[in-house]
Amino acid sequence: MLEAFEIIPNLPVLVVTVPLIGGVLTIAMGRGKGPWAWATLITGLVFYFTVLLMQQVLAAKTGYISYELGNWPRQWGIEYRVDALNAFILLTVAGVSFVTTLYAQKSVEKEIPQDRHNFFYAVWVLAVCGLLGITVTGDAFNVYVLLEISSLTVYALIAMGKDLNRQALTASLRYLILGSVGASFILLGIGYLLMVTGTLNMEDMHDRLAALPDAVHNRTVLVAFALLLVGLGMKMALFPLHMWLPKAYTYAPSAVSALLSATATKVGIYMAFRFLFTIFGVGFSFVAMPAHVVLSVAACAGILVTGVTAVRQTNLKRMLAYSSVGQLGYIVAGFALANVHGVAGSVIHIFNHAVMKGGLFMAAGAIMYRLGRCDLRSIRGLGKRMPLTMAAFVAGGLGLVGFPLTAGFISKWYLVQGALEAPHMWPVAAVVLVGSLLAVAYTWRVVEAAYFQEPEGESALVTEAPLSMVAPMWILIGASVYFGVSATFTGEISMRAAKSLLGGAP
Amino acid sequence: MTGALGIYNYWIYVLLMMIGLYGVIAKPNLIKQAIALGLFQTGIFLYYISMAVIDGGTAPVWTTILDGAQKFEGPYDNPLPHVLILTAIVVSVSVLAVALALIINIKRTYGTIEYDEIEAMDQADKRADYQRSQVVDAADDLEQRLEGHHHA
Repeated sequence: MLEAFEIIPNLPVLVVTVPLIGGVLTIAMGRGKGPWAWATLITGLVFYFTVLLMQQVLAAKTGYISYELGNWPRQWGIEYRVDALNAFILLTVAGVSFVTTLYAQKSVEKEIPQDRHNFFYAVWVLAVCGLLGITVTGDAFNVYVLLEISSLTVYALIAMGKDLNRQALTASLRYLILGSVGASFILLGIGYLLMVTGTLNMEDMHDRLAALPDAVHNRTVLVAFALLLVGLGMKMALFPLHMWLPKAYTYAPSAVSALLSATATKVGIYMAFRFLFTIFGVGFSFVAMPAHVVLSVAACAGILVTGVTAVRQTNLKRMLAYSSVGQLGYIVAGFALANVHGVAGSVIHIFNHAVMKGGLFMAAGAIMYRLGRCDLRSIRGLGKRMPLTMAAFVAGGLGLVGFPLTAGFISKWYLVQGALEAPHMWPVAAVVLVGSLLAVAYTWRVVEAAYFQEPEGESALVTEAPLSMVAPMWILIGASVYFGVSATFTGEISMRAAKSLLGGAP
Repeated sequence: MTGALGIYNYWIYVLLMMIGLYGVIAKPNLIKQAIALGLFQTGIFLYYISMAVIDGGTAPVWTTILDGAQKFEGPYDNPLPHVLILTAIVVSVSVLAVALALIINIKRTYGTIEYDEIEAMDQADKRADYQRSQVVDAADDLEQRLEGHHHA
């Protein structure tokens, strides 16, 4: 069947076009369970495509697949280029989106009025389309267009939380303004690069920048670099440009928080990989320019400040949101080391954090589903009333801490190894350890409330969340434990991605 | 014109962007923020369009000569940035549309579009929440103490 429809040779573009067309069609799927079933079908299909794509990339002799849209040569047309790095990110984004869509049904039923479900799932699928598109494309301007598709849909998704709390609207508008300013900086940066290189293809851009006689002193290149760094920092919520994130994740519908925390900022980091490593190259970004200093200082400050802030939160979703900024700090600190273990740790943590934080936000969403809120007070004694949900929360929390046998441990192992290998970067290793202690502190507050205090009021009467919420939650948490015990696959892929980013053999 | 003044488009683009950025940061009125965001993005359009111009260039279209043969009469401006910016204009219109939709909803639920007033209302909500939880806490304490007393 795959051959008959020529699916295999067209996989890179199908990953974008199927959710693009499927997303628009979602609106026509009626008022009942139709939109949700359709969204599940589309995201499931896309997940299957990314699995096939991963197999293709691993089998490819060159180490990557190049796909020219409409058969236009890449100098003029748009090239989609998939190597080990973006095949892995595609798999992560599509997989988590699929599982989150399964989870969304009950949660959305409760949190969003019935007559808007078809629009909700339409925007949901389009957001996934944008995120996958950014990851698959090899064309710098295409990145901007798909970035705006994903951003616009994400603003709408966050604002859908307005029936729970009106602050969702202001959170969304604030993200819209900051996000658009960030995206405009990226657009401007791409413009300056176009001016110097005369091309929009990432590989060509890299070759022509490398051929410039004196790129380090070329003002246009420097301006492009600065603009892109700020724009990307905004998009990946790098401290101190993260101000939009906590409020947006707190007031978004629970399913949306789970989707965004697992995918949106990760794709922002993927863009940073492409711009800093693939286009500018390690030599320019990390040797000639002090990007590693700027990024690792910001990341380390972020880990510490948001860790302390997370400990002080009483709302579970807000606590997880601050923790997300800190965890993104680990990813940024990892690739700022610009050595194989650092970058590999960064890539592997993109996956590990996606499954852990996705599972944690799902647990918070399950509590929201039963209680209508998820503050430390209302979860008292829930360890007995909702054992599966709270156990998932604890397992995910241990992952954030980096406890052995969880996925978080593997990431931190790589990060610390990378930090000790790089010259004068040992403070990063120290910050990673202090950050883990802070994660212990905020996870413990939840454990203490859920297991060592007596339930009160309505919390004493609740029962476990429905299976359709608990099962997806445990799929993600289970994945985080599985890949913590057996990290061969994720480890090999991320080492391969790191080597190709750093300019070695793919 | 030569020198720094000769590239006045670029001065205007930076000026437009900075006016926009100032508006986004300094204006508490949400509609004004949306306008400023539009201005900010318009600056970038001007930048892309200016980038495509070359000295003495004209529009890159086919010219039909009397005998029916078609040919290019160069030099031409680079059409690529123009095409790119058409896309970016569409994006910017969509951003504005989403922003206005949000502002309408904010006006409906908060009754104002002044950012500082909205912030004050959110803070008041938070304080009310906190006070409610304090009251509930005190009640719990009392209940527990009474229970303890009862048992004793």
